Amino acid sequence: MDFLQSDFVTLTQALKNKEVSAVETAQFFLRRVESLDQQLNSFTHVNKELLTQAEELDQKISRKEAVGPLAGVIFGIKDMLCTKGMPTTAGSKMLQNFVPPYDATLVARLKKADALIIGKMNQDEFAMGSSSETSTYGPVKNPWDTTRVPGGSSGGSAAAQASRLAMGTIGTDTGGSIRQPASFCGVVGVKPTYGRVSRYGIIAYASSLDQAGPLTSNVKDAALTLEIICGQDKYDSTTSDHVVESFSQNLNADIKGKKIGVIKEFIHDIPDASIAKNFNVAVETAKDLGAEIVEVSIPLTQYAVPMYYLISASEASSNLARYDGVKYGYRTPKDQSAQLSLDEFYCFSRGEGFGAEVKRRIMLGTYALSSGYSDAFYLKACKVRRLLRQQFIDAFKKCDIIMGPVTTTPAFKLNDKVDNPLKMYLNDIFTTSTNLAGLPGMSVPFGMAQQLPIGIQLTAPHFHEQVLLNFAYALENTQPALETRKLRPHVY
Amino acid sequence: MAHEINENIIKQIAHLAKLTVTDEEIAYYLPQIQKVLSHFSELNDLDTNNIEPLITPVDLKGYLRSDIVEKVISTDELLQTAPDKVGALFKVPPVI
Repeated sequence: MDFLQSDFVTLTQALKNKEVSAVETAQFFLRRVESLDQQLNSFTHVNKELLTQAEELDQKISRKEAVGPLAGVIFGIKDMLCTKGMPTTAGSKMLQNFVPPYDATLVARLKKADALIIGKMNQDEFAMGSSSETSTYGPVKNPWDTTRVPGGSSGGSAAAQASRLAMGTIGTDTGGSIRQPASFCGVVGVKPTYGRVSRYGIIAYASSLDQAGPLTSNVKDAALTLEIICGQDKYDSTTSDHVVESFSQNLNADIKGKKIGVIKEFIHDIPDASIAKNFNVAVETAKDLGAEIVEVSIPLTQYAVPMYYLISASEASSNLARYDGVKYGYRTPKDQSAQLSLDEFYCFSRGEGFGAEVKRRIMLGTYALSSGYSDAFYLKACKVRRLLRQQFIDAFKKCDIIMGPVTTTPAFKLNDKVDNPLKMYLNDIFTTSTNLAGLPGMSVPFGMAQQLPIGIQLTAPHFHEQVLLNFAYALENTQPALETRKLRPHVY
Repeated sequence: MAHEINENIIKQIAHLAKLTVTDEEIAYYLPQIQKVLSHFSELNDLDTNNIEPLITPVDLKGYLRSDIVEKVISTDELLQTAPDKVGALFKVPPVI
């Protein structure tokens, strides 16, 4: 069994045929984490029960009981998702000792499908970042070049996936946090339509933007994972009852005659020559596959970054108000030695428990929501958001899908932007619109630039994940298969 | 408007957000927040007269479920996560 190349279906079939055991699979990946993760820092916690859980699955197979569609598939879960009995920290000192008493719905669904959880993946603190440098556990490194960032905020998930420390990983995407690290690390990453995947048990950052999704080595694995994790959940009233298609069965790489939109405001102004060149190759490839390219105009995408940061910081300042040092999470040790007022108790607990970027965004959001300013900042951003969504809906009248770059540059160097928030925020120009409009989006590896992988971004109309996956599948098929690629991550 | 932000406003926001910030932190945050807000005020160039704010991006049908009590998490399990407790209660400093 080639665990480095195997897709989910192949592994599950091999398990059922007893060509390989779940314990062997688990041991293989645990050994990889043990030997390689020191270079990446992609895990915050390794599941100590994994071998026992794998053994239970093997016994189930021995007893000839039915097993789920992800039987034995080894998943890493971003530390934003609650995992029963396993620490869940959001990369923050605030939650360093938090062990949730329940599973997020997404995690429960993976477990029900007999997937095995290898551990929790490092990330930017509370998912606030584009480089995975703000975690209390230290920065994650890019496996292709460990002097560079893996992207963020799901940087641990993307790095581990690229180095194959797991077969699949889960990330969350509020403004690009699945797609951007997927692009920087050369893996597939999908952000589903808002409302597709339950947010129950996912630590809230910006509730009107947050969605969780898979990062995988290929499009087929991403499609299968989506089938399992999408769907209405009684614990999250914002989940949709939209039918969940058999995405992996329906995969179809034939895009002949389909219309691909390219956003006029983006494509003529791609700052990095290597990204621009790669995007043009993708356009030519799509044409060769028989697709038609149409130019669409979405002028408001130019305002996506301010819109996104005002809305997400406002929602974050409200969501993170729950961390008060009372019921769970960090509490200031000062309360042991001094008589603190209630105000001091809150302020010290929060001031000591949150890191610099989280505090910056809470303050930004508090300001944007404060009396006298909320009309000018928060409400203004929400009004422009409606106009932006409408521009996307109008654009999709002319095309089946929109294609573009994911990022402005390939993976940048560690410490390059961490002290310049505006520079860091502007890096998200291509990804944030998708979340503001609630659309499904993905990054599929396509080409290389400066010895680093890059992705192509696809965006589809609401609930058209199948279209998204089909186009990604078509692009993926034009790339050399993983086993024949000469270039591999440095850490592999 | 955005550029009017100063040290006192940062202190006031931090207080509203229940965060302790040192003078060094204020000096660190002030120019960053000024720069970000000044860039973000470009939204004011756009005409949004008579436009309703969009709060959630997908028009979802609300749905109701049966009001049945389910025991999902026990009191003991919940209290495991508490920083401090007494019996079945969260322990906090005296507030009055």
